[in-house]
This record gives sequence, C-alpha cells and structure tokens, in this order.
Amino acid sequence: MVNRKHILGGLLALLAAGAAVAAGADLGNTQKQATNWTAIAMFGIFVGITLFITKWAAGKTKTAADFYTAGGGITGFQNGLAIAGDYMSAASFLGISGLVFANGFDGLIFSIGWLVGWPVITFLMAERLRNLGKFTFADVAAYRFAQTPVRSFAATGSLVVVAFYMIAQMVGAGQLIKVLFGLEYTYAVVMVGIIMMMYVLFGGMTATTWVQIIKAIMLLTGATFMAVSVLFQFGFSPEALFTKAVEVHTKGDAIMSPGALIKDPISAISVGMALMFGTAGLPHILMRFFTVPSAKEARKSVGWATTWIGYFYILTFIIGFGAIVNLIQNPGEYYVGGEIAKGLKGGGNMAAVHLAKAVGGDLFLGFISAVAFATILAVVAGLTLSGASAVSHDLYATVFKKGQASSEDELRVSKITTICLGALAVVLGILFEKENVAYMVMLAFAIACSANFPVLFMSVLWKDCTTKGATIGGFVGLFAAVTLTVLSANVWEAVLGNPKGSAPFPYSSPAIFSMTLAFFTIWLVSILDNSEQAKKERALFPDQLIRSETGLGASTASSH
Amino acid sequence: MSQHTDSYLQIRNNPKFISLVAKRNRYSFIMTALMMFVYYGYILLIAFNKEWLATKVSAGSTMSIGIPMGLGVILFTIIITIIYVRRANTEFDTEAAQVLKEAQK
Repeated sequence: MVNRKHILGGLLALLAAGAAVAAGADLGNTQKQATNWTAIAMFGIFVGITLFITKWAAGKTKTAADFYTAGGGITGFQNGLAIAGDYMSAASFLGISGLVFANGFDGLIFSIGWLVGWPVITFLMAERLRNLGKFTFADVAAYRFAQTPVRSFAATGSLVVVAFYMIAQMVGAGQLIKVLFGLEYTYAVVMVGIIMMMYVLFGGMTATTWVQIIKAIMLLTGATFMAVSVLFQFGFSPEALFTKAVEVHTKGDAIMSPGALIKDPISAISVGMALMFGTAGLPHILMRFFTVPSAKEARKSVGWATTWIGYFYILTFIIGFGAIVNLIQNPGEYYVGGEIAKGLKGGGNMAAVHLAKAVGGDLFLGFISAVAFATILAVVAGLTLSGASAVSHDLYATVFKKGQASSEDELRVSKITTICLGALAVVLGILFEKENVAYMVMLAFAIACSANFPVLFMSVLWKDCTTKGATIGGFVGLFAAVTLTVLSANVWEAVLGNPKGSAPFPYSSPAIFSMTLAFFTIWLVSILDNSEQAKKERALFPDQLIRSETGLGASTASSH
Repeated sequence: MSQHTDSYLQIRNNPKFISLVAKRNRYSFIMTALMMFVYYGYILLIAFNKEWLATKVSAGSTMSIGIPMGLGVILFTIIITIIYVRRANTEFDTEAAQVLKEAQK
C-alpha cells in the first residue's frame, strides 16, 4: 500500500493551496538523512571544476560587456545548453518525477506547462531581443522611450521576479541538502551563496554560462541513463512498463488517466498563461539572448534549448514510472522503516534519487544527488547576474548617471551589487526556512507574464505604444499580479493562515486577469497620450522596426 | 544610429522590407496561435473530458489515449520551434540580407 499521507502529502498540500503547478517548484519540508559522502565528494568535484573555469573566465572578464554577455561570443548551440541549464531546476527534476511517481498521468500535465513558453519566446522575442538589446531586456523595452521611467519599471520588474525566484531556490537548496547530503539547512544556504557569488563576481557571464552548460550536460546524461535503464528492464516497451506500474501502484489504473489536478478551467488556463508568457518575461532567461553574436544564433539557441528541455521532461516522465516499478517492490530499501505505509525515505520528491540507486548503485546515487544540488547553483548564478545587471546597467548607468557612467564604473557597481544580492539571498534563505514558499515561483512567473512580457511585446511590436503607456501599464500589471496572488488561496490561506475557503480571489493564478489588464492599460494610456514626447516616440518606430527585423546597427560581439 | 541614416530611409520605403515584415509577423502570430490552440486545447480537454482521455489506446492495452497525446504535445512544441527557426534562419535572413545590401548601394 502506498501511503497517501507521505507520498501525496506534498501534493495534497499543494492542491489545498490550489497551486497545481507549484509542485514543479517546491520541495517542501524535508527530513535530514544520513550523511552521504559519495554525493558530497562528487559535488566537491563539480565545484572544483567550475571554480577552475571561473578562474579562466576571470581572465576574460575585463569590461562591462564581458561581465554581462561574455562579450557576445557564445555560439547558438552552447547558449541553447546554457539556457536549458538555467531553466531546468532541481524542483522540476525531483518535483515532476515525484509527481509522476505519486499520480502517474498528472505529472505529464506539469511538464507540458513548463515547456510551452519556449515556442512563444522563439516566435515573438528571441531575434528582436538580440537585434535591439545590448545587456538587459530593459535595453529593448526602453529602446525608443524616455529612459528613466521605462528603465525604472523594467529594473523593478526584473528585481521582483529575481527576488521571488531566488528565495524559492535558496529554500529549496536548504531542504535538499538535508536529504541529499545529510547536512544542515544553513550549510546549504551559506555554501550556495558563497559559491554562486564567486562564479558571478569573478567570472561574470562567461563563468555562469559554463556552469550552466556543465550542469545541463550532467543532468541530461544522468536522466538519460536512468530512463534508458528503466526502458531496458521492459525491453523498451512503454506498454510493458505501464502495465507493470498499474499492477503495483495502489491507485491502479487511475495513474493512466488525468486526476484531480485540473478542476476549474479558468485556473487551468490562467496557470497555463503564466507559464506560457511568463517564460518570455524572465530576466535571467532574456539576458541569455545577448550572449550570442547574431539573431541567427539567438534563434538557434532557443531551438536547441526547447529541444533539450522537452527531451528532459519526457525523461522525467519515464523516470517517474521507473520509480513506481522499482521502488514499490522493494520497500525495505526505500521506505521509512521498510513500510510503504510510512512513505518514501526523504519524502515523495526523492523518487528520482532512490531510482538512481536502484538502477546504478551507490556511486550513481551520489552522482544524481550532486547533480540535483549543482542544479541550484547554476540557476541562482543566472538570477544573481540578471539582478546585478538590472541595478548596474539600468538603474545606475542609465537612470542615475544618465548614460554617462564609464564601463569601469558600471562593472564596479555590478560587482558590488553581486555581493549585496548574494548576501541578501543567504539572509532571505535563512529567514524563509520555515515559511511556505510554494507560491513564490508561480508568483515570479505571474509577474513576468503580467508586467515584463506585455511591456516588451507592446514596445517592440506596436507602433503607437508610448513611454506613459508602457510604464503605467507595466506597473499596473505588476501590482495586479502581486495583489491577486496575495488574495488567492496560495497566500491568503496557506501563508497568512486565514480559514480554508476564505480567499477572495478564487483561482490558482492571476495571469489571465493581470496580463489582460496590463495589455489593456498599455493600450489605453498610449492611445490617450498625445504629448509631443509621444509623437516623437511613435516617429521612432519605423527605425526601431528596421533594426529589430534586419539587425542593422545591432550591437555585435565586443571587439577586443 | 546616425551613420545609418541613409540606409534607414532607403529601407523604410523598400517594398521588399515591407513584405518581409508583414510575412514574418503573420508567420509569428500564426505559429503562436497554433501553439496556443494545441496547448490550451489539451488543457481544456483534461478539464472537460477526462473520461475520453482515459480511454485505452486499443482494447486490452494499459496505455490511455492521454499519454501519447501529452507526449505528442511535447514533441509538437519542439518541432514547431525548429520549423520556425529553420525558416527564419534561411528564408527570412536571406531576404533581410538582401534588403540591407540594397540599402548600402
């Protein structure tokens, strides 16, 4: 018997919170396990190699351009892997495979949601971003507008998204280290903070890119090995795998069909919108498009990234089913006290980790544990870099210094900001240890899709958009996304402790309302804006269009 | 931007540029709409017709229709992205290069 209390514990909490998709992002509270020296040693090797690369990257990081974009010299293929490394989180690896392990089919719905934003970036954003921007997405959003208001908005949008995403990652790191390495929560938070700061501070974008590439290769290799091992057990017949899984799973044939995850269609569509359009508004992802030399390479990057991420989600589905057939039949090894009724050792999210042991022994278990933890480093390094660039490039160099800051000054401010953000991440990670952070990644996506994405989209594609429209609309979207999230069950009940059913906003995600409101506000304010400034901005659209479509005048790989 | 002023004026009135922009925008929006149709179609199918998705692929099999369909959505996402990238990197880029070349005459 699979005990619902433990294996589904996290899931039920999420359902109660109404945050269907947050399972992909939340690792919940975990129990500290026995110290795993193999995993710690393997993680040590990863850190050693990546710090060595950072040392090499430091020699190449001399200007602000090197720091923000690795000098624009990353190839499309490399960048595709780096984007995948930036995006595939520990939570999506452990969370989705754990969800498939508990519920079967429903895990697939999550994987799809986390993937569908990529074509949207490809069709609407990648090449235009590359042609118009230099270091941050604010370069693109503010291209023909008054710099101070639009940059201030874009920097705010970036920093808020980075903050929520970062807290979720830091708390995840602390929870994971207890089960993967058997170490204390605080160790993880401090260690992640220090190592991540070293990558970004010394190696800038070059080091961050290679950390993400190495992590992506390790994660894809490890996951491929597990999925192939599972399929091998069943003569590469998915039907045989599913038949065995249905036979041993307590839910039986129900794991072959959609369960309770999608109940009301409005929440389902709203969560889907947050993921689909939010991906195109994540500052750390958008920033990666400035690291390649041309629009052609930017498109190649996103083509590769989509391929790797999609492939990875197919693997997690197979891994989840592999865990069902391998773990349930060997409770003595993988369940608390050897009883299925007590749940998996370390919690439901450990399905993939236990499967690693089942198919590859202790050494491979160490490898997968190290990879799962290294994953967090790669993600937080990308987040810190985009946060630092929003402060130094958008706020300091453009808003505060009105574009008069030298490259050295800008670089110095980036580095100071990196240290501040690293320290802040550690403090927040410790403060939020006992808090419920399940809603944070979804909130980051909701803000990205309701504030950053509409402003980018309208400024690049709609000729009548103006500074006032973009700034006011962006802030309205940001405010709406945050307010509605606070009023939803995810925060109102799960965090603020109000009684169940009392949340004023009944849906899982605000996106469908807040994103629509942002677009509407940008449109309304822009068409009502007949100032001289607005006329000038509209007159600049044709030239912006020429640059975004042909790349004429686009910034090229830095020459030195 | 100043050193390109003449080029910008020339490109603005180049019919090849105008048709490239129209074509690319149309293509981007059709592809986005297609992706939204497939994804939200699948989500709404789950919301409204779980029974049908739970139907077995064939009599006596364990796999339900929903599983190959879900994996199909993942493959569709990858394929539609690659199709766009290919067309943009060949056809659209060639035309854009043509427009730029004419502007620099």
